[in-house]
Amino acid sequence: MIKSVKAEIVENKPIAPEFFRMTLKAETLASEGLPGQFVMVKVSPNLEPFLRRPISLHQINREEATVSLLYQVVGKGTRLMSETQKGKVIELLGPLGKGFTWSDSDRVVALVGGGCGTAPLVALAHSLLEDKKEVHVLLGAQTKEKLVCEEDFISMGAKVKVATDDGSYGHHGFVTDLLKNLIHDVALDMVYSCGPLPMTKEVVKLTQEASIPCQISLEERMGCGIGACIGCVCKVRTKDGAFTYKKVCKDGPVFKGEEVMFDD
Amino acid sequence: MPNLCVNIAGIKMKNPFTVGSGTFGNDGEFEKFFPIELLGALTPKTIRSYEWPGNPPPRLAEAAAGLLSSVGIPSKSWERFVKEDVPVLKKIPIPVIQSVIGRTEEEYVEIVKKCSDLGVFAGIELNLSCPNLKQGGLSFGSDPQASESLIKKVRKQTKLPLIAKLPPDYSNIVNVAKAVESAGADAIAMINAPRAMAIDYKTRKPVLGNKVGALSGPAIKPIAVYLVWEVYKAVSIPIIGMGGIVDFRDVIEFMSAGARAVAFGTINFIDTQAIPRALKDLENYLIENNIDDVNEIVGCAHC
Ligand SMILES: Cc1cc2nc3c(=O)[nH]c(=O)nc-3n(C[C@H](O)[C@H](O)[C@H](O)COP(=O)(O)OP(=O)(O)OC[C@H]3O[C@@H](n4cnc5c(N)ncnc54)[C@H](O)[C@@H]3O)c2cc1C
Ligand SMILES: Cc1cc2nc3c(=O)[nH]c(=O)nc-3n(C[C@H](O)[C@H](O)[C@H](O)COP(=O)(O)O)c2cc1C
Repeated sequence: MIKSVKAEIVENKPIAPEFFRMTLKAETLASEGLPGQFVMVKVSPNLEPFLRRPISLHQINREEATVSLLYQVVGKGTRLMSETQKGKVIELLGPLGKGFTWSDSDRVVALVGGGCGTAPLVALAHSLLEDKKEVHVLLGAQTKEKLVCEEDFISMGAKVKVATDDGSYGHHGFVTDLLKNLIHDVALDMVYSCGPLPMTKEVVKLTQEASIPCQISLEERMGCGIGACIGCVCKVRTKDGAFTYKKVCKDGPVFKGEEVMFDD
Repeated sequence: MPNLCVNIAGIKMKNPFTVGSGTFGNDGEFEKFFPIELLGALTPKTIRSYEWPGNPPPRLAEAAAGLLSSVGIPSKSWERFVKEDVPVLKKIPIPVIQSVIGRTEEEYVEIVKKCSDLGVFAGIELNLSCPNLKQGGLSFGSDPQASESLIKKVRKQTKLPLIAKLPPDYSNIVNVAKAVESAGADAIAMINAPRAMAIDYKTRKPVLGNKVGALSGPAIKPIAVYLVWEVYKAVSIPIIGMGGIVDFRDVIEFMSAGARAVAFGTINFIDTQAIPRALKDLENYLIENNIDDVNEIVGCAHC
């Protein structure tokens, strides 16, 4: 159930330029949180900045009753998070939204992550591997330095490939180039994607061409995170060919690739 | 225990707290956080007499001490509202004030009649921030004549208390308040969020999908308090005050300016415990200050 929780920061440290990992003691989030779900983080003790910030569950550790968040410092909210010391207590609302889903019949799956979109895929890979699936992970980053979580995926037993924009590591080019090749080489039952919008659109296109089902995690600016403000909507196709707006925070953030309508 | 009950045009509220329409979800979002019967009255999101998708995203942007939004009042069809929402609203054990909107007088008349005929609501709030399609897009609530004419027409449709919710966008809110009072409105809710916008300095284009939105949250509170202060002097019908309320201090401020009830709006998005906390704090404040009845502070800043 969605709860407002006060969680102690067990660890909060940089793991790459601009990227931080924050681990929190949070029993309900650890026991109830699912891959693809997120929390709304109160980044300061007062009302400045005004809104809470949505951050995905990155690691869910039931045994230790902790969850981790992996975040990129892009503005004042994430900067404040990065400056919050270990031992401090932080307020969160969660677990929120509908996460990724999988079925027993899926055997071979691919996870495509770009930038901070890699964060929720770590928890997802963990669950999928526990469920004995063959997990391929394709990671995109601007540079080798800004690549995150490669070792986490490898140590779990996933098969990892990397693309960098500048060619400093792995494939020189887009992570979706890697997906194209993987689709060609391996029979995939499902593709999961989280990353910048252009990447997401390309993943949807490639999987549709190959008739592979796909799940995408979307980002919109959020007000409340619980569906009350109707601020974070995306266009979803209806049966009659028209569209309806759905709430990214409550109906998503994970949607089926084919149901979302992208403008342009 | 001090008395917290207030009466808004016959709507008996066990405390002065309601919520700003559109800021409390419409699907039981907040019941996980506190029992809804803690409120004196519930004001659900504005509905239309027809289905409406709302505005294109992005619908939100952050502002200093506030939120810029352009949700655009999405609405389900009347049939779905009756089937899906009314059974839930019926069970709510506190007065429910349904907020409605229209683009023309006829649409307001239709939705007021339909809502009144359901026999479920304790009152009807007219959201007067909608552009009047027949008047070149000026909102009903910005024009004393348009407001008066509209209230007279909807007045004939219902015996329920009618609350006119006023936008603050034009400098004649006092005249509009007088006009709706003389036309038969039973109470005034104010303020709706003032029109506002943001432009991305990088692209030099509007941030919101609808280009123009409205500002809410603490940023607008001093304006809202001032306008309640002015309208209180001009009318004798009760005022439901809102605009940037976050805690019991703000409640006391609005009531001292002249509001008999108050609405918590945007703060609900950020702090799900704001309402229960403020209620407890208000009670303690009254006890500490030897005030037996919360009604005593209504308008007390004027004396
Ligand atoms: C469901 C969900 C899960 C997320 N999970 C993660 C995560 O695990 N790790 C992570 O690093 N980030 C994640 N994000 C993104 C994160 O919420 C934003 O980066 C953060 O809110 C930025 O806050 P800020 O105060 O640092 O930046 P701000 O100062 O608010 O903004 C910095 C810049 O980013 C833009 N911006 C901010 N938020 C968004 C947005 N949602 N969409 C588009 N542009 C935006 C602003 O317009 C501005 O240009 C997630 C977002 C969503 C919706
Ligand atoms: C996201 C959002 C949606 C709103 N929707 C409505 C609405 O449907 N009808 C209405 O009368 N007011 C609506 N409002 C205005 C609020 O009810 C309130 O009048 C205004 O936000 C000022 O109060 P606040 O600063 O406490 O939020 C909305 C405000 C926000 C922020």
